[in-house]
Amino acid sequence: MHELTITRHNELIDPLLHIWSWQIPVYLFLGGLVAGIMIISGYLVLQGQYKKNVFSCFYLPHISLVLLSGGMGALFLDLEHKLYFWRLFTTFQVTAPMSWGSWLLMIVYPALWVNTLIRIPERVQGKVPLFDRWSAELNKRPALIRNIGIANMLLGTLLGMYTGVLLSSFGARPLWNSAMLWMLFLVSGLSAAAAFVHLVTTDEDEREMLAKADNAFLTLELFVFGGFITGLLTSSRVHIEAVHLLLDGPYAPVFWVFVIGTGILLPLTIQLLAVNHKVKHTPVAPLMVLAGGLILRFVIVYAGQFSRWT
Amino acid sequence: MARFGMVIDTVRCVGCMDCVVACKTENSVPEGFNRDWIAYDVTGKYPTPHMEIRSERCNHCDAPPCVSCCPTGASHVHDVGGVVLVDADKCIGCKGCVASCPYGARFIHPDGYADKCTFCIHRVEQGLLPACVSVCPTRCMHFGDLDDPNSEVSTLLASRNHHVLQPDAGTKPRIFYLT
Amino acid sequence: MSDFSRRKFLKISAATVTVASGAAALAKGQPAPAKMASRPAKGVQRIPTYCDICFWKCGAIASVRDGTLWKIEGNPDDPLSRGRLCPRGTGGIGAHFDPDRLKRPLIRKRERGHEEWAEVSWDEAFAYIARKMHAIRETYGPESVAMFAHGIGGNFLKHTLKAFGTPNFAAPSFAQCRGPRDVGFRLTFGEDVGSPERTDIKNAQCLVLIGSHLGENMHNSQVQEFADAVGNGATVIVADPRFSVAASKAKHYLPIKPGTDLALLLAWMHVLVEEGLYDKEYIAAHGFGFDQFAARIATCTPEWAYPETGIDPETIRTTAREMARHKPATLVHPGRHTAWYGNDAQRSRAIALLNALLGSWGHRGGFYAPSSMDVPGYPYPPYPKPAKGKVDNPDNRYPFAHEAISTGIREATITGAPYPVKAWFTYATNLIQALPNQAETIKAIQNLDLLVVVDVVPSEMAGWADVVLPEAVYLERFDDLNVELFREPFVALRQPVVDAPDDQKPNWWMAKKLAETLGLGHYYPWKDIEEYLDHRLTAARLSFADLKARGIIRGAPQPTVVEEGASLSFETPSGKIEFYSLQLEKAGFDPVPVYHRPDEPPPGSFRLLTGRSPVHTFSRTQTNRILSDMMDENEVWLNADMARRMDLKSGDYVCLKNQDGVVSNRVRVKATERIRPDCVYMVHGFGHTARGLRHAYLKGASDSQLVTRYATDPLMGGTGMNVNFVTIEPEATHG
Repeated sequence: MHELTITRHNELIDPLLHIWSWQIPVYLFLGGLVAGIMIISGYLVLQGQYKKNVFSCFYLPHISLVLLSGGMGALFLDLEHKLYFWRLFTTFQVTAPMSWGSWLLMIVYPALWVNTLIRIPERVQGKVPLFDRWSAELNKRPALIRNIGIANMLLGTLLGMYTGVLLSSFGARPLWNSAMLWMLFLVSGLSAAAAFVHLVTTDEDEREMLAKADNAFLTLELFVFGGFITGLLTSSRVHIEAVHLLLDGPYAPVFWVFVIGTGILLPLTIQLLAVNHKVKHTPVAPLMVLAGGLILRFVIVYAGQFSRWT
Repeated sequence: MARFGMVIDTVRCVGCMDCVVACKTENSVPEGFNRDWIAYDVTGKYPTPHMEIRSERCNHCDAPPCVSCCPTGASHVHDVGGVVLVDADKCIGCKGCVASCPYGARFIHPDGYADKCTFCIHRVEQGLLPACVSVCPTRCMHFGDLDDPNSEVSTLLASRNHHVLQPDAGTKPRIFYLT
Repeated sequence: MSDFSRRKFLKISAATVTVASGAAALAKGQPAPAKMASRPAKGVQRIPTYCDICFWKCGAIASVRDGTLWKIEGNPDDPLSRGRLCPRGTGGIGAHFDPDRLKRPLIRKRERGHEEWAEVSWDEAFAYIARKMHAIRETYGPESVAMFAHGIGGNFLKHTLKAFGTPNFAAPSFAQCRGPRDVGFRLTFGEDVGSPERTDIKNAQCLVLIGSHLGENMHNSQVQEFADAVGNGATVIVADPRFSVAASKAKHYLPIKPGTDLALLLAWMHVLVEEGLYDKEYIAAHGFGFDQFAARIATCTPEWAYPETGIDPETIRTTAREMARHKPATLVHPGRHTAWYGNDAQRSRAIALLNALLGSWGHRGGFYAPSSMDVPGYPYPPYPKPAKGKVDNPDNRYPFAHEAISTGIREATITGAPYPVKAWFTYATNLIQALPNQAETIKAIQNLDLLVVVDVVPSEMAGWADVVLPEAVYLERFDDLNVELFREPFVALRQPVVDAPDDQKPNWWMAKKLAETLGLGHYYPWKDIEEYLDHRLTAARLSFADLKARGIIRGAPQPTVVEEGASLSFETPSGKIEFYSLQLEKAGFDPVPVYHRPDEPPPGSFRLLTGRSPVHTFSRTQTNRILSDMMDENEVWLNADMARRMDLKSGDYVCLKNQDGVVSNRVRVKATERIRPDCVYMVHGFGHTARGLRHAYLKGASDSQLVTRYATDPLMGGTGMNVNFVTIEPEATHG
């Protein structure tokens, strides 16, 4: 029998940590989504798709800029000392994943923007002559374009990993303290991106390809979940208690139904049937994947704050 | 270089919260917030329970996760005594440090920056003791240089049983509880 | 008995004030600056004074920084605090900054209890009071005015009322608190235990606590010495139905059944006598009636005590032997709040006898002889001799009450016998929460022609007043000298540190003005209190200027125990320690305490026990923002197994209903292994119903409200309050 009474009653940390609410999961989701989109669009650039496939190569970088800015906006809203946010960029703290991430985002923006220059959409051509000139110069250098593709893939991967690394570095929150978290966020981001592109593309072949890619990512995600969960289950007492929050604790219903069930298993089944032409492609599966990705971030952020050492 | 720490005798401590009140008035801690607090740790069953009473605060760890996670360098180790401090002018209020502390020692001040116990460094640098140590009516709190083998804290640690909070968290805390 | 819901006590209408008071809410972390008329505005000034958050009067040094009150610390010269204040004293600045405190004199606009006020000037208030007092004197005589006071600040008001001609003054702390133990010790040793208690705790090698919860009961010197004793490895034995903080330091914790402590004490004494472990030399030298005493306790064996107390015989023997092993440095602490079951003076006498068997009275580690400085009082004109005697103890019904019985005055006010009491003055005591059975207090109040309440916060008692006089808190005023009776003699000064923020005045000023308004100005031959203080100090050959600078002047220490050369004498009829009390026998009481079994709780109910928190003083500090930040509501402690059986857990809210149907405000449950299953426990002082106490209003539950039944001690009129039983009801809202 253990009664621990503490007299502390600090806002945001007592009785349980609740410093981060919707802003962080939204940012994590959008960041992961953009990361996946960057990898996909970078890959497509690398494959030369930009020459043929108008949609993916044109609009994904633009959409990414918007989504990423939305995520960054949510992040800014979370800060308690907002007027000082610029302090992030007066220093580089090598031990702080958040410092790495801040600077990474400073590089991601130009990479995305350069990607938008590869093929300027027709209706915007002529609006900003400088961009048209740069675009023309770029198109003379296929090697450079390929490097832009590689850069987008690389930065997207780093972006997708970074948020997981950030959370996993908070050792005081045992649920996050898993070496698999970066992979989980990366794969989840990839599958959300594939679902997103699948949802918005008008090209049939592209849809098919992305559905197959998404199936691969979803399957991989299941294995990554397996690794994440077993890793925690075979660790110390606080880690075992933490993962039980998801397995059979207060977060279990949301986790099993909305993250695993309708977030992975159900859309995977539907999409497998679709790519085998048993059912038609519909938005249902990709929407489930996107919702599942967002809910996964919420569950991880909230359950992680619930998990603790005492 | 000095390495400041505290040794707190749980045998003498009665959990009266004088340390909490003194910190509040000395440091103008806003109403509703605590830089330090009392933990009443009860085990066993009626009629033979056991209780350990502890005055807790930031442990000014030797391996502080709150310092390594800070993206702006606001959370840092002071050059005197190894005390962990927050430079409010650099803090962006991201709350990473609050999440990284296994002791829940940090909070966000109403003005937006991360705040916590400072070992009353403003008093220590004038040769005084931290407010909580100097007020304690049971005289159970001791403060000093852990690296000085002749200091009161070192002598107490050498002669009495003691423990720290959550040693497995790897933070190497510098507050020791005598039992 | 009719249903006494809260509605009857204080009508829940908005507490309105005619003249705009404009109380600004205290912004978070931003204390309102105090006007510093006569002191420099920059830097830090340190001004010594003595604390008033409780009555211990610890020497303090307040720091004012840039004109604003910053913090309070202990005065290192002070023997009481030894330079360290308790948490309440450390939080004392909260009394100055309290947004809910009384600001201006008030006169009620409607029937009593509605808390609707007109703000008036001091002259108007005194004119009103004087008018009423003259009318009362005309019709009934000056004796029909009574005063209840707690603390040193009542001295000047007492002086004014004595000059008016009444003999009726009471401190509730006698009949409601420490009275029983002082009587018990006086009957045995011939002297009171005193306040501060003359207990040499720090040198005790064995400390026995009967329900005393030092560490939660935060009498500074006592707790400091308790920590010293514990730190020195003293054996602590605690008998308490609740596993208190003190119990957690004990080598032997005895979870005694409530109300049976006397059986345990008698059994302990039996063991000491039977096994010859008592201090034979000491008793041979100083004891009277030992053989008769031994005969009377011959049947009080541990086996007899076991079914009564629940403590097994082996434990009783072991602990008795442990006590004997360390004698005479074994201190059985007399406790403080001892008004429990109605047999409290006898139980305290048993504690005194147990100490006597161990030889601790007058010895190191036991009881020391305190001393005080010789500071003459002010030479006032003699008081008029009252035509009637005191009203509180007619016919000496309680023959051993050597102080006035507050509840006796209340009874006289209700019945009009032996003569009517028509005016009450209260100083720093919230009688609604201090006296048992609130209904009786209100009944008495309704019989008054005048009720004047002097306080710093708008307490429940102030809510019933005709006139409320706002006092400046201790940090804002001079006060009478504290000429303390303690281990070593000293005199302490209270002086202003900051100005009072509104129209609050010190008690001495009020008393003097009231006297002048009553035509008794000649009883105040000094023009202001500084003249008074200077006069007294000069007469004692001390310097007022010196005292203002240091706060405390210490006298030459005297021998306090036999080991230091003190001699023992006993102011009893026999001149010795009375193991057998002939005076008790003659008065028809048991000459040696006799145990009577307490009532059992009705099935399904729990005995209600109460106690203290180290961060609050009674019911007066709950609006102090710093202290309320430490604890802003009380909890009801319930045994963990009991809670499980009742499907309750910590954090649930319930109401308590007592045997007379009174239902408390909602209160949070604390399910814990630290209490017996047959009782519940709450900290006293919460559940405020006074609307003016905005920050404390309806937070927690009031134990006083549930104390409708009390057991009066036949020896001295003390009111035992642990005789109420409660059931736990689901949380309900009260209209």
